[in-house]
Amino acid sequence: MGQWDIYPEFEVVRNEARCTRCMGCIAQCANGVHSYDEKRQALLCDDAKCVDCHRCVAMCPTRALKIVKSDCALRENGNWDGDTIKEVFKQAQSGGVLLSSMGNPKRYPVYWDKLLLNASQVTNPSIDPLREPMETRVFLGKKPERPQRGADGKFTCELPPQLELSMPMLFSAMSYGSISYNAHEALARAAEELGIYYNTGEGGLHEDFYAYGENTIVQVASGRFGVHEGYLNAGAAIEIKMGQGAKPGIGGHLPGTKVGADISRTRMIPEGSDAISPAPHHDIYSIEDLRQLVYSLKQATHHKKPVIVKVAAVHNIAAIASGIARSGADIIAIDGFRGGTGAAPTRIRDSVGIPIELALAAVDQRLRDEGIRNEVGLIAGGSIRSSADVAKAIALGADAVYLGTAALLALGCHLCRTCQTGTCNWGIATQRSELVARLDPKEGARRLCNLLTAWNHELMEMLGGMGINSIEALRGNRLMLRGIGLTAGELEILGVAHAGA
Amino acid sequence: MIKQELWEGQVRIPSGCAISAVISREGRPINGSAMIESMRPMHERSNGLGGGFAGYGIYPEYKDFFALHIFYDTDEARNAVEANLRAVAEIVRAENIPTRKIPAIIGEPLIWRYFVAPLRSVLQSRQQDEEEFIARLVMHINTKYTGAYVFSSGKNMGVFKAVGYPEDVGEFYRLEEYNGYCWTAHGRYPTNTPGWWGGAHPFALLDRTIVHNGEISSYDCNRRTIEMYGYRCTLQTDTEVITYIADFLQRKQGLSLEEMASVIAAPFWSTIERKGEAERKELSYLRTLYPSLLITGPFSIILGFAGGLMALNDRLKLRSMVVGEKDDRVYIASEEAAIRAIEPEAENIWAPAGGQPVIVRVREGAY
Repeated sequence: MGQWDIYPEFEVVRNEARCTRCMGCIAQCANGVHSYDEKRQALLCDDAKCVDCHRCVAMCPTRALKIVKSDCALRENGNWDGDTIKEVFKQAQSGGVLLSSMGNPKRYPVYWDKLLLNASQVTNPSIDPLREPMETRVFLGKKPERPQRGADGKFTCELPPQLELSMPMLFSAMSYGSISYNAHEALARAAEELGIYYNTGEGGLHEDFYAYGENTIVQVASGRFGVHEGYLNAGAAIEIKMGQGAKPGIGGHLPGTKVGADISRTRMIPEGSDAISPAPHHDIYSIEDLRQLVYSLKQATHHKKPVIVKVAAVHNIAAIASGIARSGADIIAIDGFRGGTGAAPTRIRDSVGIPIELALAAVDQRLRDEGIRNEVGLIAGGSIRSSADVAKAIALGADAVYLGTAALLALGCHLCRTCQTGTCNWGIATQRSELVARLDPKEGARRLCNLLTAWNHELMEMLGGMGINSIEALRGNRLMLRGIGLTAGELEILGVAHAGA
Repeated sequence: MIKQELWEGQVRIPSGCAISAVISREGRPINGSAMIESMRPMHERSNGLGGGFAGYGIYPEYKDFFALHIFYDTDEARNAVEANLRAVAEIVRAENIPTRKIPAIIGEPLIWRYFVAPLRSVLQSRQQDEEEFIARLVMHINTKYTGAYVFSSGKNMGVFKAVGYPEDVGEFYRLEEYNGYCWTAHGRYPTNTPGWWGGAHPFALLDRTIVHNGEISSYDCNRRTIEMYGYRCTLQTDTEVITYIADFLQRKQGLSLEEMASVIAAPFWSTIERKGEAERKELSYLRTLYPSLLITGPFSIILGFAGGLMALNDRLKLRSMVVGEKDDRVYIASEEAAIRAIEPEAENIWAPAGGQPVIVRVREGAY
């Protein structure tokens, strides 16, 4: 119990020879790391406040700043590592639950990195996407058991509602409140331009964004914030959020300080009040209750919108997904335990749930074993980091993937994992207007479009290499995958052979 | 000595191949020896590891009975299967399929043929029509009886296949003793293993047979999809999965041949968008309904069925296939040489475009 429990994690290093004392760093840091001491005529920094978000680094015109990990370390211990000890100190000091943001950073196995894709050689030609058509269009939704014909013998051509995507990627749910107005606008603009969808999250839909309705998925979560008939009908699809990969079994809490006039109106709650989403939906205590909500929402939207049910990847996910498929849902979204969040109890984020790769493989196989895979579309999320992850997810059985963290990175997020403080220097996870203004929605949209367009190009190259010219022929095509360094048990769950076999 | 795990069905074996077919639109008999001659100039397209033929209209005296052609490894397997057959079907004739001993074909299994009719009482109690019953019976024997394999199961048609070059296989099975209104043939070039007789083409279920040249890149997507509907892909070959897809789409989903072609070799979205409204809606409907039955990668297939055949290339046309005709006969083959070998005067030789089905039917009442 000294002056402080914890020595700062990072050190701000200023190269005095380069620094021009423009004071930009002071203006950029909302955490108050940088300051100017008039008396000593010196720029100072309080390392303890630094979250390593790199805003000052990125904005310094002379590249005079860098952030390094502090080398002031506790005595090495294989069991009690430094972070664990510091967390004990923090809780001894505060008596509170540890909070964190974004996805699980622990060193659990990342199965994407243990799966390898195939390519054609000799027996089958690879296809050059620059010369031949290469299709990435996907329809998400229920496929009827058999085609329907009219009295004239011709197909009725009527299908249950489908979401059409130009590429197998969507932006995952991030609420207005957890992220800023400008971040939402960037996502909405990009979704429209790309021919895909973004997701309102549980915070309702800001009145300005109804214009992007055709590319919007509106979410209904346990808090029912901002849910009304107009909202349900505004989007292209409705998502019932049962759970989230970062915090399965846990609700949400948007502190009243973030509930300003705009958010208050959008969420339909009083200004300054805490927005608390209960852990369960209090009208869903069992699977038959979910069915009722699915059909209530369908009725409210005249059966014109597909209903997505989003669940966290938990131990019994295959049976849960099968239940959802039989509950009238059109699409199931599964969120793995590395999925991001604006705030979650650290212990939950880091210890609850299972990896999306295993959950996805188990769900796809179970739905096939039961002959109901065509009853639902399947979206996988919870840390898709590259186009290779997208390809692998589709080969395991997903129709499409949700991108959250990757989209935020494109908007400037540097993954400092302190969204819960509300002082995001990049204007993303904050409601402070001077910070929000730092994110230009048009520029943000351009960067999102760049990212997804690039990934889609890469996806086409990979497809072509495999001799496939349409994304649907990769879906569930597990022969295109091989495991590397996996146990027989892991391979069995993933339904893939080991490399070389 | 080939290790057991390298046998057909234990590993996936891509193949290159030769295919050929002839059909009489008037239902006139064509001797099986013609098909052997057609395959001869394409010798280089096979490597001696598989050849086979399907003849339609070859069993007119038993046309109301399902002709089951079965390979057995042992008499025990045969006894077990026959006991099962007797319990559920009337067997009006059971015999060895006549073969000719030739040096080029060795290691043959026991090859039997049965003409059967499912017992009405069994159909009633299982609430199945006779085709569904026979299809399930074939799946049952092929997955549950070790050393027994049904390789042909339609009415008034039969498959004859073996490990060897197709011309030798034809001679082995004495095809000159059969006459049919339609024949298809296949020479196989698998990339490994001498395989096993069941792995040769044509692959058949009921009266549908497939001969196929290519390696489909969508294989596991197609396989995992079709297995949802009770089919079991025991051989891990493209041909097997294509046959089941054809059976599923036509017999169970009620699609026409043309509609089936727009599912498995679906036009590109960019092509669909250029069509007139009615066709655009229909093609979009089928693509949205059956995304996982799209077949990608190179293929040319000939689907034979009672009263006709359909030839189809993959949508990029990554495998050669030509069509020609003369009088009432239509010829389809991987190479024009195969057609010229049996009809030097063939006319209207043309190469169908990728994804363009060529459907030939025998005049109604003529088969």
